[in-house]
Amino acid sequence: MEYKDYYKIMGLSKDATPDEIKRAYRKLARKYHPDVSKEANAEAKFKELGEAYEVLKDPKKRAAYDQVGRGWQEGQPFTPPPDWGFDFGADQGFAGTQTGGGFSDFFEALFGGGFRRGRDGAYGRQTQAQGSDQQARIQIDLEDAYRGAVSLISLNVPQMDSQGRMVSNVRTLNVKIPKGIKAGQRIRLAGQGMPGFGGGGNGDLYLEIEFKPHRYFRAEGRDIHLELPVTPWEAALGATVPVPTLGGTVELKIPAGSQAGKQLRLKGRGLPGAPAGDQYVALKIVTPSARTDEAKALYEQMAKVMPMNPRAAMGV
Amino acid sequence: MKKEIVVISGTVLDESMRFTLVELCDFTKISPERVIEMVEEGVLEPEGSSVYTWRFDTHALKRLQIALRLQQDLDINLPGSALILDLLEEMERLKR
Repeated sequence: MEYKDYYKIMGLSKDATPDEIKRAYRKLARKYHPDVSKEANAEAKFKELGEAYEVLKDPKKRAAYDQVGRGWQEGQPFTPPPDWGFDFGADQGFAGTQTGGGFSDFFEALFGGGFRRGRDGAYGRQTQAQGSDQQARIQIDLEDAYRGAVSLISLNVPQMDSQGRMVSNVRTLNVKIPKGIKAGQRIRLAGQGMPGFGGGGNGDLYLEIEFKPHRYFRAEGRDIHLELPVTPWEAALGATVPVPTLGGTVELKIPAGSQAGKQLRLKGRGLPGAPAGDQYVALKIVTPSARTDEAKALYEQMAKVMPMNPRAAMGV
Repeated sequence: MKKEIVVISGTVLDESMRFTLVELCDFTKISPERVIEMVEEGVLEPEGSSVYTWRFDTHALKRLQIALRLQQDLDINLPGSALILDLLEEMERLKR
């Protein structure tokens, strides 16, 4: 396990006052709270911060941490001294934060005894508690949303080991992704959240769905958007061309005289549901490059036969 | 030995879903009084005119849960939470 420098995490010096600790926590918690933060690693940062604050805000834990942590550097391999034993007072134990939950192995090694004592009833305060709800975002493929799938997800969950200590475990779940789910929608898994203790029930798990970026499809609700490359003659003369959809290739009729950007709709070809979404196809005209003399001559002939000023509306 | 794979199914919180006050409390494990307070402070805007006919959508459930986390983690009161939630939604809207 690695040594955690809680002062460094909170941007504080070792002699920070309780007020400074609280101020630093509030400021960083606002910055990294997963519900408001736009930082990429907000969740991990917030969790780390909650752990640091849990220790530094409590004079007893802080003193113990200062004592054991003398001379250690952030990230160094760490083993607690053999005679280590942290004594929780009657009103101690740790509440953690509503968000995140689950402290590092380092924290558990130093202070992880609190739950055990609480559960055994030696101190009697934490006799029963409901496990808190957990949230997670999962990224799935659009194809899985179209067909339905089973997604394997990993979550960090604190669990009680055989000695009654809280340890952080990776828990994997196979979750059914129902057909037609949309980005932003949540799946509620009752009883799959944080474990309760002392007979308290488990919390619930909420999974928020995000779509992985797709090579050419973009989802908006249940509608699917696609930019379809076409040739100038397909656009000008009209044609029936193959178009990929989530359900497979379909034929699309391009009307004669179509311009770039024209949008065509494939009804009901989006994500399934009641009603199913549509697929919108925007035409993108791709011009062949004039590499040979013959090709150049063809373009020149076009300029002569069909002169036009596409910038007329701009007055130039 | 063949390993059995357990697949868990949940409930998709679809936007057509509506919850009563009791169901909402059951989901979030908070008291009706706290929900009523959230309605009074504008965190939640249920359909229906009285406590008995209130119906909350999944969007309200999400707002309620975020408000609870903001309260617990950042010590933000209900009017503050309502403001943050509105601003977050405005940001989402502008991003689109």
